[in-house]
Amino acid sequence: MNRPNASAHPALHRELKSLLGSNNVLDQPEDLLLYEFDGSVEKGRPDLIVFPHTTAQVAQIVKLAARFETPIVGRGAGTGLSGGALARGGGVMIVFARMNRIVEIDVPNLRAVVQPGVVNLDITRAVEHAGLYFAPDPSSAKSCTIGGNVAENAGGPHTLAYGVTTNHVTALELVMPDGGIVRVGSKHGDVCGYDLCGLFVGSEGTLALVTEVTVKLSRKPEAVKTFLAIFETIEDASQAVVEITANGIIPAACEMMDGWTLQAVEDYVHAGYPRDSGAVLLIELEGLTEAVEAQAAAVQTVSRNCRAREVRIARDSRERDLLWKGRKNAFGAMGRLAPSNYVLDGVIPRSKLPQALVRIKEIGQRYGFNIGNIFHAGDGNLHPIVLYDPRDAKQFENAIAASREIIGACVDMGGALTGEHGVGMEKNELMGLLFGDGDFALMRRVHDAFNPDSSLNPGKVFPLSKGCGEIRIKTKEAVGKRS
Amino acid sequence: MTATADVASRLTELLGSHRVINAADELAAYTIDELTPRAIACPANAQEVAEVVRFAIREKLAILPLGSRSKCDMGMAPQRYDIALDMTSLRDVAHYDAGDLTLSVDAGISLRELDACLRQKGQFLPLAVPCFETSTVGGAIASGIDSALRARYGTARDFLIGAEFVDGTGNLCKSGGRVVKNVTGYDLHKLLIGSLGTLGVITRLNFRTFPLPAAYGGHVAQFATIDAAMEFRNRVESIGLPVSDLEILSPNVVAIVRAILRRDEHLVPTELNDSKWITYSTFEGNDALARRIAGELERMANASAAVSYRKLKEDEDNVLGGMLREAFEWLRWASPANLIWRFSMTGMKAQMLNTLDTIAESVRVRSGLLVRPCGVVYFALLADSDDEESVGRLARIILDVKRLIRIEQGCSTLLHVPTAIKTIAAEATQPASDTPLHQRVKQAFDPENVFAPGRIVGGI
Repeated sequence: MNRPNASAHPALHRELKSLLGSNNVLDQPEDLLLYEFDGSVEKGRPDLIVFPHTTAQVAQIVKLAARFETPIVGRGAGTGLSGGALARGGGVMIVFARMNRIVEIDVPNLRAVVQPGVVNLDITRAVEHAGLYFAPDPSSAKSCTIGGNVAENAGGPHTLAYGVTTNHVTALELVMPDGGIVRVGSKHGDVCGYDLCGLFVGSEGTLALVTEVTVKLSRKPEAVKTFLAIFETIEDASQAVVEITANGIIPAACEMMDGWTLQAVEDYVHAGYPRDSGAVLLIELEGLTEAVEAQAAAVQTVSRNCRAREVRIARDSRERDLLWKGRKNAFGAMGRLAPSNYVLDGVIPRSKLPQALVRIKEIGQRYGFNIGNIFHAGDGNLHPIVLYDPRDAKQFENAIAASREIIGACVDMGGALTGEHGVGMEKNELMGLLFGDGDFALMRRVHDAFNPDSSLNPGKVFPLSKGCGEIRIKTKEAVGKRS
Repeated sequence: MTATADVASRLTELLGSHRVINAADELAAYTIDELTPRAIACPANAQEVAEVVRFAIREKLAILPLGSRSKCDMGMAPQRYDIALDMTSLRDVAHYDAGDLTLSVDAGISLRELDACLRQKGQFLPLAVPCFETSTVGGAIASGIDSALRARYGTARDFLIGAEFVDGTGNLCKSGGRVVKNVTGYDLHKLLIGSLGTLGVITRLNFRTFPLPAAYGGHVAQFATIDAAMEFRNRVESIGLPVSDLEILSPNVVAIVRAILRRDEHLVPTELNDSKWITYSTFEGNDALARRIAGELERMANASAAVSYRKLKEDEDNVLGGMLREAFEWLRWASPANLIWRFSMTGMKAQMLNTLDTIAESVRVRSGLLVRPCGVVYFALLADSDDEESVGRLARIILDVKRLIRIEQGCSTLLHVPTAIKTIAAEATQPASDTPLHQRVKQAFDPENVFAPGRIVGGI
């Protein structure tokens, strides 16, 4: 379908302003430019940006866009790392920032009903008085929205013990590409029929727009212990992760930072990290006191058996917060080392961690990059960071090539393309590493069952290029150019 | 469509004679809701499964994928049933990385066999489902039946990390992977859970495994009323005590449990008095944690006016815990004609449970209640006879029960219904607002409607 740009439809523009008011529509080039980016290296500029306040408005926008054959992309805070919330095919961008109401908090049943624009951490803030919190905690929790978390099935450091977003969502209100409004799932979580919630969470905005989310709330743990295990080499640190897993210890979080990135983080955050180590593990144990005490002893034993130079324990919440501040701001600290960085997201079996880190180092060296590693070691979710200068086209090209090799290596080790960032427009061309024509054909039929014209978030998830004639889904013509 | 006699011979051409059955007595053993298949195919691998599916598509035949057939009476009666696809020959452990706590197994392996394999490495899969001794892992997933360990480990959707299956075009497809964290592509494998074989034939499943607990303990308490038992349950839930299971047995259910323990020549704990409401709670952890939880449970039981409270001896606990895992199975066994519902709801109240009892009394049918963790209730109507009049009485209250659960905003699933009234049960189910979405999923997976047509309400 050769779709005209939304900006080429003055009538659509007019009708959207009439529906939402001028204050809720952006159309100036300088405004559109701000929404051209997310946290990834991708770009995609929308033709119009709208800010609905209600589900009914979302449905109206979708119907209007359909009438003018204009694609739509949903967006929360734009913190995504795979281009999922970029308007790859232009069109109307629906920003959910103003649908940010917490609709219901049900403490006895451990549920909250929230609009998609609610910031992740605000859910916890709203319920912490009752000793509760929302478990999925992406590093961007202070700014990312629950709608985006649902679209990408976001993770975070503490998903090791508690699961990712899909494990904490029980019901969704959706606006379908035809403008219909439908609810799936239930407050309880059990359903009659298929687990549609399980399908829509993580579908990257390609099947429906989420306008309300029912989430599970968790009880704050009785006891928390946070360790910093310091190792002379990254190999020892990764072996410790293997041993912790193999010993059946399931920490709430188990994060690794290599020595090279630690120096940058310490310069930036002053968290008290060592400047001369090969790697550290930030390990957090949570639960009932007796369980935490036993696991703490086991973690220290395993760490020392793996030649940890020192195992520090945060003495109070201030020290714990400081250790976490370093981890959560680690990607920001990379800005001190290079003009830009590319944060990758691959997954491997945890037992392959030592080999994977060796392989990443080797690939980096071959392309001339120092690659940092700050990642969720406990669940094998790697985040190699490639530092590069975007003004140097060759460097950028090499950064992309190195990243593809690293992701390929993850797949070779029995892993997957993405653990928490999503496929988006970053990795859609790599999907063939994991999936064959039959897999794509089924995914395409599921896609088309809900989004037959690809009006929602075109150009994402599915490969667009080479020999994919059979697996290609309908997309806007402009789709497919990497900026 | 292929003539009946030809189905078996054509399948024989595909699979060989030793993998096709069409003897009348054996076909009868695969009867589901009074429908008998025309042939039984026993493929040896995923490629053969795909061959059979493609054959069925060409010939417009309907397939029911089956494991041990222990839960085949779940779901509505199939509209068509030509080929029983017996998956029990696919039973390999394809990949087990104990160091990564991940596992990939063929769908036809039994839970018991799998459990033995995992225990060698000090691990297990928390799929504590009925018919554990015989159930296949594929059947357990396709049935979507509850695990008794759900309170601690979640449902299958929390630890199923990937799957391979043959879809309704005959393609061998995969979803997810073998890693514990993965957002690559659509989570199609989640749709297979509870799909009753309507979306595809599961050939392989990937799971996250768990370390066996160092210690565990079970306790029983007696309560004079359901209100007191529910108060105990609510106290435990409100402080978030991490029990693995907490079940409330109504007096009629206690009587059934006692009868089975006696039948199987087990010692019957003295607390299983069928004039009382009984709670069974169990928890896992290390010894220190076990002592603390035991103490807290006892304190809460006493605060809830428990008539008695006792820690079970290890052998008693093993027997009773195993029995409660099998609740669905013995509720079916407990009377010649019965309805067994599973309700899921938030904010469950004793009053609602009493109303269920009243509904059963209105048609003079014995009922049993088993309240499980996570807002799940098993409600069984146990008719004393399977004659037409008795079954008719069961049918009369289906609407009343559905209405009550709807008011409570719960989800109700009929796990077992006499075939004679399955149609009534289906008609009593109002289409949900998302039914068209379920139908679209079915159409996408199975465009020719080959798999178990009609097993899910809504003609799916």
